[in-house]
Formats: sequence, C-alpha cells, structure tokens
Amino acid sequence: MSASAAFLQLLNGLASANSLFLVAAGLSLIFGVTRTINFAHGSLYMLGMYCAVTLIARLGGGALGFWASVLLAAAFVGVAGAAIEILVLRRTYAAPDLMQLLATFALVLIIGDFALWAWGPEDILGPRAPGLAGAVTILGREFPQYDLFLIAFGPLVLLALWLLLTRTRWGTLVRAATEDREMAGALGVNHKWLFTGVFALGAFLAGFGGAIEIPREPASLSVALSVIADAFVVVVVGGLGSIPGAFLAALLISEIKALCIGFGQVTVFGTVFSLSKLTLVIEFLVMAVVLVLRPWGLLGRAAAPARGPAVLEPRLPVPSRRALYALAALVAALALVPTLSTGYTLVLLTDILVFALFAVSLHFIAGPGGLHSFGHAAYFGLGAYGAGLLLLKAHAPMELALLLAPFCGALGALLFGWFCVRLSGVYLAMLTLAFAQIAWSIVFQWDALTGGSNGLIGVWPARWLSSQSAYYYLTLATCSAGIALLWRILYSPFGYALRAARDSALRAAAIGIDVRALQWAAFTLAGWFAGLGGALFAFAKGSISPETLAVPRSVDGLVMVLLGGLHTLTGPIWGAALFTWLEDTLARTVNYWHAVIGAVILALVLAFPQGVAGFARQRFARRGDDA
Amino acid sequence: MSLLTVRNLSKAYGAVQALADVSFTLAAGESLAMIGPNGAGKSTCFNILNGQVEPDAGAVELEGRSLAGLRAHRIWRLGVGRTFQIAATFGSMTVRENVQMALLSHHRRLGSLFSAASRAYREEADDLLAQVGMREQARRPCAVLAYGDLKRVELAVALAGRPRVLLMDEPTAGMAPAERSELMQLVTGMARKSNIGVLFTEHDMDVVFRHADRVIVLAGGALIAQGLPQDVRMNPRVREVYLGGDLLAEARANA
Amino acid sequence: MKFRQLTAALALAALALGSAHAQPIKVGELNSYKVFPAFLEPYKKGWQLALEEINRSGGVLGRKLEVVSRDDGGDPGSAVRVAEELIARDHVAVLMGEFASNIGLAVSDLAARRKIVFVAAEPLTDKLVWQDGNAYTFRLRPSTYTQVAMLVPEAAKLHKKRWALVYPNYEYGQSAAESFKKLLKKAQPDVEFVAEQAPPLGKIDAGSVVQALAEAKPDAIFSALFATDLQKFVRAGNLRGLFKGRAVFDLLGGEPEYLDPLGDETPVGWWVTGYPWNQIRTPEHEKFLKAYEKRWHDYPRVGSVVGYSALHTVADAIRKAGSTDSARLIAALEGLEVQTPFGPIVYRAVDHQSTMGAYVGQLAKKDGKGVMVNWHFADGADYLPSPAEARLLRKQ
Repeated sequence: MSASAAFLQLLNGLASANSLFLVAAGLSLIFGVTRTINFAHGSLYMLGMYCAVTLIARLGGGALGFWASVLLAAAFVGVAGAAIEILVLRRTYAAPDLMQLLATFALVLIIGDFALWAWGPEDILGPRAPGLAGAVTILGREFPQYDLFLIAFGPLVLLALWLLLTRTRWGTLVRAATEDREMAGALGVNHKWLFTGVFALGAFLAGFGGAIEIPREPASLSVALSVIADAFVVVVVGGLGSIPGAFLAALLISEIKALCIGFGQVTVFGTVFSLSKLTLVIEFLVMAVVLVLRPWGLLGRAAAPARGPAVLEPRLPVPSRRALYALAALVAALALVPTLSTGYTLVLLTDILVFALFAVSLHFIAGPGGLHSFGHAAYFGLGAYGAGLLLLKAHAPMELALLLAPFCGALGALLFGWFCVRLSGVYLAMLTLAFAQIAWSIVFQWDALTGGSNGLIGVWPARWLSSQSAYYYLTLATCSAGIALLWRILYSPFGYALRAARDSALRAAAIGIDVRALQWAAFTLAGWFAGLGGALFAFAKGSISPETLAVPRSVDGLVMVLLGGLHTLTGPIWGAALFTWLEDTLARTVNYWHAVIGAVILALVLAFPQGVAGFARQRFARRGDDA
Repeated sequence: MSLLTVRNLSKAYGAVQALADVSFTLAAGESLAMIGPNGAGKSTCFNILNGQVEPDAGAVELEGRSLAGLRAHRIWRLGVGRTFQIAATFGSMTVRENVQMALLSHHRRLGSLFSAASRAYREEADDLLAQVGMREQARRPCAVLAYGDLKRVELAVALAGRPRVLLMDEPTAGMAPAERSELMQLVTGMARKSNIGVLFTEHDMDVVFRHADRVIVLAGGALIAQGLPQDVRMNPRVREVYLGGDLLAEARANA
Repeated sequence: MKFRQLTAALALAALALGSAHAQPIKVGELNSYKVFPAFLEPYKKGWQLALEEINRSGGVLGRKLEVVSRDDGGDPGSAVRVAEELIARDHVAVLMGEFASNIGLAVSDLAARRKIVFVAAEPLTDKLVWQDGNAYTFRLRPSTYTQVAMLVPEAAKLHKKRWALVYPNYEYGQSAAESFKKLLKKAQPDVEFVAEQAPPLGKIDAGSVVQALAEAKPDAIFSALFATDLQKFVRAGNLRGLFKGRAVFDLLGGEPEYLDPLGDETPVGWWVTGYPWNQIRTPEHEKFLKAYEKRWHDYPRVGSVVGYSALHTVADAIRKAGSTDSARLIAALEGLEVQTPFGPIVYRAVDHQSTMGAYVGQLAKKDGKGVMVNWHFADGADYLPSPAEARLLRKQ
C-alpha cells in the first residue's frame, strides 16, 4: 500500500469512526449512570435510520429537509428512549444486576419486529446528503464530501458532550453519578429524572448516529445486531463511562479495520494471508488485547473500591429434602415420557434437557461464581465441534467422541479463563464475549477442518442410540447427572469458596482462598459441562455449524439463567424449559413471534424481577432464614 | 527475634505518599496498637502486610521470612490473619458458614468437590463463635447482622486460621463501650495465651491505652512515635498532630 | 390478561388443527422467515399462490395439498428440531424450503436420516447436491457454481486482463470467487487476479473496500455481494468513481430483491444474473405474472418464482409417483420435468439438481429505478457440470 493510499484509508477510518462513536457514547453514558447494559442500543440506532429515511422522503430532499429529518429522527428516538426508561427500566433497577439486560434484550426483539411491521423487510437506501453528494479529489483519488463532513463532525460531538458534562450543572450530576452512585444520592440528586434524562440523551445519540449514517448505508433490520456488538466493543475498549475513551476506541478500531482492508492480501513467508478476512473479528481481537493489557480499557479507571459493605447477594440455601424428592420425581416422570409419547415430544424434551445443562453450567459461574460470562456458547460449541471432529475426522466411535468432547470445552475454558478471571464485572463479561467471538471466527474460517460457515454434517449417534427414545434416555441420564453433579459441587467446599470469592474477594483472599485459581477452576469446570451439553446437542441434530458458538447462543443461555433466576438453584432449568418451549410454540403459531417472546420476557421481568424460580421461592418457601 | 518485622515500608498513590519509610516490629504475644488520624496510612499498611497491596519499597518479614511478592492467600497460609476496617464477611452465607469457610481453608479442604460443606467443622466453628459471643446467632445470615456483630464474626473467621499474627483494622467499631472493652480483653488474653502477635488500629483512645502493650503512631504516612502507651500519650508531637487535633475537636463536639 | 389471551389463542389453534377431518397430503415447509424476510416474504407468497392453484384444480391424487409452514428459528439446531416436528408430529410427506446454506445442509442430512424427501428451494451451496449430496435431497435453484458459470462467458468476452474480486466472507462468497477464478482462467488463461476483498457478511466497510480495490487498478471487478453490502458498495463505488471505465460483474445484482433498493444509485452497465420480471414475454411467465399480481397486488421477485416452482415440484412429484412413499417420490423426482415461470425444468437423476436457469444481462436505470437490459435466459442445463462430472462430485 502506497503512502497516499494509506493516508486515504486513514481518512476512511476517521469517517467510519463517527457513527460508531455516537452510538458508543450514548451506550457509555447510560451504563455510567444507570449501570444498565443496554442491549437495545443497536435497535435505537436502527430506529434512527428508519425514522430519518422516512422523514427525508416526507420532508423533501433539500438541505433543510435532510437535516431537519436527521435531527427529528434523533429527537424521536430520544423520546422513545425516555419512554423506555420510564415504562420499563425504572421498574427493574431494584432487581438483581443483569435483569435490566434481560429487559433490554426483550426490547431488541420487540423493536425488531416493530420495524419489520412498520417498514417492511426490504432495505431502504436513503438519498445522498444534499450539498454533500459529490466527491473531492484528494491525492488523486476521489473522496466523498459527506465522509469529510463526518470526519469533522465526530470531534464536534465530542466537544459538545464534553461541554455538556463539564460546564452544566446537569453534566456535573451525570459525572458524579457515573463515578459514585452513593455519593450522588447523598448530594440529593433526584435519581429518577437524572436516569431518564441520561437514557434519553443516550438514545438520542444512538438515533443521531443512525440517522446521520443514512447517506452511507441503507436502513435495514439487520443493522441493530451488528451495531450493538461494535458499540459494546468500543465502550469497553475506551473504558466504561469514558466519553473521550469511546472516541479514542472508535478511532482505533476504525483505523485498524481500514488498514486491514487497505493491505488486503499480504504474503508472509510465502503464504498468502488475507487481512481483509481478518475484519470478521478484528474488533474483538483488539478488545481482547486491550483488556488483557489494560483491564479497564484505554481511558477507564479501576472501579473505586466499595466503601459500604458490598452488594449483598441472596443466600443459596441447601435444598430441602422435599425439594430433592420433587426433583427426583421430575426425573422419574421424564423417564416415563417415552412410554406415553414418542416423536416430537422427545425431540423437544431432548433440546430442553441439553439447554438446561448448558444453562446450569452458565449459572454455576455466573450466579454463585459471580463471573458473568457473555460468551458461554464458546464452550458449548467447542464441545459440539469436538464431538463432530472426533467422529468425522478422527473416526472415533460415537461413544468415545461423546466422552472426550467435553474436554474440548474445558480446554477452551482453561485457555480463555486464565485471562478472564483477572478481570471483573462488565470487563470480564466483555472479555468472555471477545474470546467467544474469536473462537467463532476461527471455526467460521477454518474451512478444511470445521467446514467453515456450512459446518459439519453427518454427526449422528451410534446405532444403538439412533432411535429417538434411546437418545432421549441418554440425554436425560447425562443431563440429569451433569446437573446433579454441578449442584452437588455448589454445596461442596469448592462451591462455598466460589460464593465466598464472589461475596467478598478481599475477605476470601484473607482467609487463604486463591481467588483467581478458584475462579479459573470453576470456569474450566463450567466449560467442561457446557461442552458436554454441546456434544449431546451435536449428536441430537446430526450437524453443527458456527451458530453453535455464536453470540446469540450465549445470549440465549443468559436469558435462560436470568429468566429462571440468577440467584436460585433450579432457576436455570425452568428458564431453559420456558424459553425453549416459548420459542418453539410461538414460532409455530404467531407471525411476529419475536415480538411476542419479547413481550412475554418483559412481562416476566416486570412481574418477577427475581426470576421465575426466585419468585416461587420467595412466595412459597421461607426456609433457610430464621431471622 | 521478633515475630513480625517491618522495615522502611513506602507506598505512594500518584502524588499522595500513603506510607513513608515506616519501620516497626511486633513480638509474639504482644498487642500493638497503631493509631493516627484518618489518612495517616494505617489501612495502607495493613493492606501491604496481608499482601493485598505491593509496597514501593521496604520489606516485611515473618519470623525472618520475607513476605515480598506473596499474594494475600499465601500470606494467610503463613499465619497472618486479618479483619477489615469495613467488616468484610460473606453476605450470602450464615454466620456459621463464614467460620466454616475459614476452617475449610485452614484444613485445605477447598478443592473438595463432592463433600457437603455445611456439615464440615460445625463444632469447631461453633466453638470459635462461642469465644466471640456469637454462638446464638450462628444460623443467621451475615447480611442481617448488626455492625458490631459483624466485627465479632470477622474475629472468629480470622481466628479460624490459627494465626500467629492477627491484623485487626478497627475491631471494635460499631460497639458499645462496654462491649469494646470485653472484646479487646478477649483478644489480648488470647494473644498472650496462644502467643499471637496482634496489631490493631483503633480510634477509641480509651481502648488503646487500656489494652495495648505498645503503641505506634502514624501521621501523613510517616511513623512519628512509638513506645509504651503512657510514653506515647505524653509525646508532644503526638499530642500536636493527633491528640491535639482530632481528639480535642471530638471532645469539644461531644461536649 | 396477556397470558390468558395467549392461552386462548393457542387452544383455538390446537382445536383448528385437530378438527381437520379430510385427509390432505401434507407438505412440511420450513424457512428462516425472520432472518431473511426480504427474500422469504415473496417466496412465501409464491408457494401460497401455487398451493391455491393446485387445490383449485383438484389437488393431488384426489386429495387436497396442505402446507404446514414453520419458521425454522434461523439456526441449524432449531431448524432440525422444526423438521423433526414436521416429520413426527405433522406426518408430512415431503419437506420443502430453506434459504441459508448451512441450514439447508443440516436439514438435508436429517432428511436422509429420516428417509424423507427434501426439496431444497434456495440454498445456494454447491455441496448440497454434490460433495454432500444425498438420495433424499433435490435442489431447485441454480447453485453458486452454476450462476457463476452463467456470467463467465460474458466476462471472458471482454478480454479484461486484471480482475479484482469482492465477496462476502462465508461459504457462498468464497466458493463464488473460487469458481469464478477457475472458470475464467480456463476461458481466458492470461487473466490476472490483482485484488481480493472479503468483508464480513452484512458489515462491509464500503469506503475502505472500494478504495482498496481501486488501488489495485483492475480492469474489471467480480462481486458476489448482495443485499445491504451491495447497496453500500454501490454507493461508495459510485461516489469514488470505482466503476468508471471498469467492467463490473455482480452475481445476484439483477434479482429484484437486491436491485430494487438501489433505485437511483443503480450502477449502469454491470453484468448480473437476475430476473427482469416486467420484460419476460413467454406465455408461462405472463400467466404466472398475471396470477401473482392479481393475488398479491405486488410484483414477483426471484423468491416468488422459487416458492411457486418448489411447491409445484412437490405436487408434480406426488402425482407422478402416485403415492407419498419416499422411495417412489425419489424415483418420480429423478428426471421429473416441471413447468415453471422460467420455462420447463428437469431434476437431473444424477445429482438431483434442477436445470432451472436465470436471466443474464446488464443493469440500466429507467425512471430512477434499476432494470435489466440486453438480457438473455441462461438455461441451467447448459451450465451445470456434465452428468459424468457430477457423478464424480458426489461422494456416494
């Protein structure tokens, strides 16, 4: 790449950074003040795009019409954000952490189906920006005027936000709340309206980021998910709550991408290596590197140590004898199902059992372990691929493949976990996500071994297990045993130590617990069981493809755990059953089934902020506390 | 040879010198009080001693063995237990489970995956709780305890590790005066009986002068005085930076 | 309240399903309707139209045809579950549908396992009928290879020496690029491939990609981009003058699904495969077009033709087999000729691929909208590998 070409690519990177910064700044502000991980931020961005493109069509394509449309679209999204905060999120702040995440996940589903209903399935390509529709010549190359405008615009937004946050009373409150919520409370800040205001501003920025992108890309339904992932990466790389950090990170990632594309194919030691293909995962590679080197992002600061006693996690009482009998009875009842019904019931139950094991393994580290993994599907997928590859490439018998596959999950967790347990909170969550994405991209790209995006087919169980009921029994036995084992461990000294480390890492270290080693071991253990689930899944389906370890599967796992109740024992299995069943039933009967699932989840979050099982526990059993 | 030797300890956070060249020793069976106004560097010193924070310079030795570079859990294994200024217990567990946790760690049973933790070392835990007067509350969740009671639990947890050195950051905060005396009597008695070296910080000067064998005084990160309680009390510099300031103001406010 | 209504609705639905007393022949249809709505909504309208036609003319074997249609959840795992449900609970005679290649392959493998015929409508991957082909799977649409092969003669005619390639980074794009390179090299041995860009699907950084391609100074460009990526690429390329004086080929750019959103931005002169629906004057297409517009008050897309032809394939196969038995259906499908809006097609016995073709032509702009000009119909039969080659490609 010549120097002038490189310069142009750097300009491209600057232009691309703009929208990314806007949407990430909003996300960062919202997280900083409300501690909400807003999954729906990409959906707000998408709404901004659709609103803008619709308004431009209405108001005419002149400069006035265009800019008025962009601003109106952003304002509309800001109002929608305020409404979301008041109607939904406000009711979830008292709930355990991550419950807001579940609520915003539901919003993603609802907003997505809303856009499909309102704007139809086809992409809508907006007009070019009036007055900036052409190109200028830079170093002998044509460069779009609008991109030049964007390059100037990003820093202006940064400046405006900086002035807002440092020169106004409201901004001071926002910063105070970001740095220290308790102190802000002590200063008499009215939380309610501060939160609403911040959420509206964040949504406005997301909508603005979307609207202003209209001259460069079409409004489409798929943009919501691709933007949210990038925005998270930017926020985390920049440092949570840091607006300049978000700016820097957006620049860094966009520039690295632009250069990768600019270099295209390079030859290293005689092998052609496509840097262009690296853009599939480059932002996650950047994030992983940054987090490993700087655990709080580029400009982020280590969280201030809690001054009061740490957030109190609810107890996890030993299940009563009656509860254990009930669970045993449930397994017995499940064992009887094949005598009553065959065919599809068994297929669905097999799926539910596998997901229950997956959810319980996630709960093991996320609930009692306090390690919120956003990339747990990586280990599920590694188990699945391990099983598939052992069977197809190593020609191992299926039984052996099933036995060995969980170790693939464990190995992945062992490797990734070593880095992850050095972090905490959202940073840890995002590092797990980054590793999962990296694993996904390797599987996705390694055509010769993993079959690339098409995956592997022909992963069927051994002959004696090939009937649906036989495989169902295998799944029931394996999953029940796996779940029982994980639960047993939760009440063993190891499990207690895990909870101890979550409750107070300082205290745990001060009674001789090697917190990192412990969490690392737990991570690996959870990876093993997730891998077991993945292997069972692979043989149940006969095929595996990269979706098995992609983000949506990780999110599904989280949703199951949260839906059931993060701080309950049996919650994850109810969550897995409920979610799988809902998806299966609704996809069959309802056209806009995403929206309906979203609505159901939202209703559950608002009605049972402790999760379904958490609610049941509160309602029906008060044992354990004799206070 | 003294039990714990601290030599020329220094630590800075950015421009703030939290500890500057602090040296002292602690003997077995001795109760040593560390006093000083807020921000004097007491907590930083404790955090270095138990391995939570790395010092910029200086050395800590336990019976001649250097503790440099060891992480908190390793230092605990060598026999240094501690309690925290803001009581740190495992909030999702009961009082007894907190102590059991420490006992499991002490007996190196943490790697056990399949035994039932709730049945391990119950009697031993209850004995320790009885010592600190918390036996009756063994089944209560820590989350609901009064602050003074949390401090007792912390003490029981610290004792579960059979420490040779016990670091106690404001052990009597949140207790009534009578309780304070009772608890400190227990601690100093235990120290003498089991030959434990106790280093504690304390704001209540009554407690300090009644129960400490020796006193060291920190101010602005530096050690400005040490010696027997009555000597320290008479030390003009100490009176100036410490007793003269805070305490007088406090006394006035109370009056 | 919400719950009660939902339960009531579900109960009603169950009742309705249960009370169907006639014995229709059931076709299990599954597709990723939520993930690819732009393509699949027209597709659904296509088979719905076909279903109405079939049943109006008396159904098949004297019975009505019923399509049990399901969203496959958008990933292979769920799709396999949905397929299992269609087989086990709904007792469908045939499976039909699918769009994404990975899901198509997963369902195809399941179909072979459960010994049920699967008429794959859309999945483009070559592997579906060749490397991973199985006895139970038949595919309607021309595959990636075939579509590329339709474009290559036009590309070779231009005698451009330096080519750049851009394609979405997954199996479809990779194999499109690979086939294009192989076929063009064969047709024009002196060709040089000077740049290759493989942006992630749906996430192209169009400005950077366009500039990187321009830096390589190619004489011509081959693109396998479609949907959002194509729109971004076209706009950035137009702005930056990438297409000026260069021949550009885009694999799917003429399909209304992807062409129509381009509107005013439509790049003139590009070679594409597609579907010039309002210019085809054959009687079979006129008939289809009239029926479709009357039924849906909308114009057909490629998806419509695919959906329509897929269900007619199923109906014709059952008629010919005289039964819904899988073995007899396979025998019937092998060599089956079906009338489609694109003319008659044949399912080749050797690889179970239909000879469906596509329209090859150039893009032009008319009233601010993209249209195809200079087009001709490329019959799939002329571009598929010969039966002997196909036999070699199939493992079994």
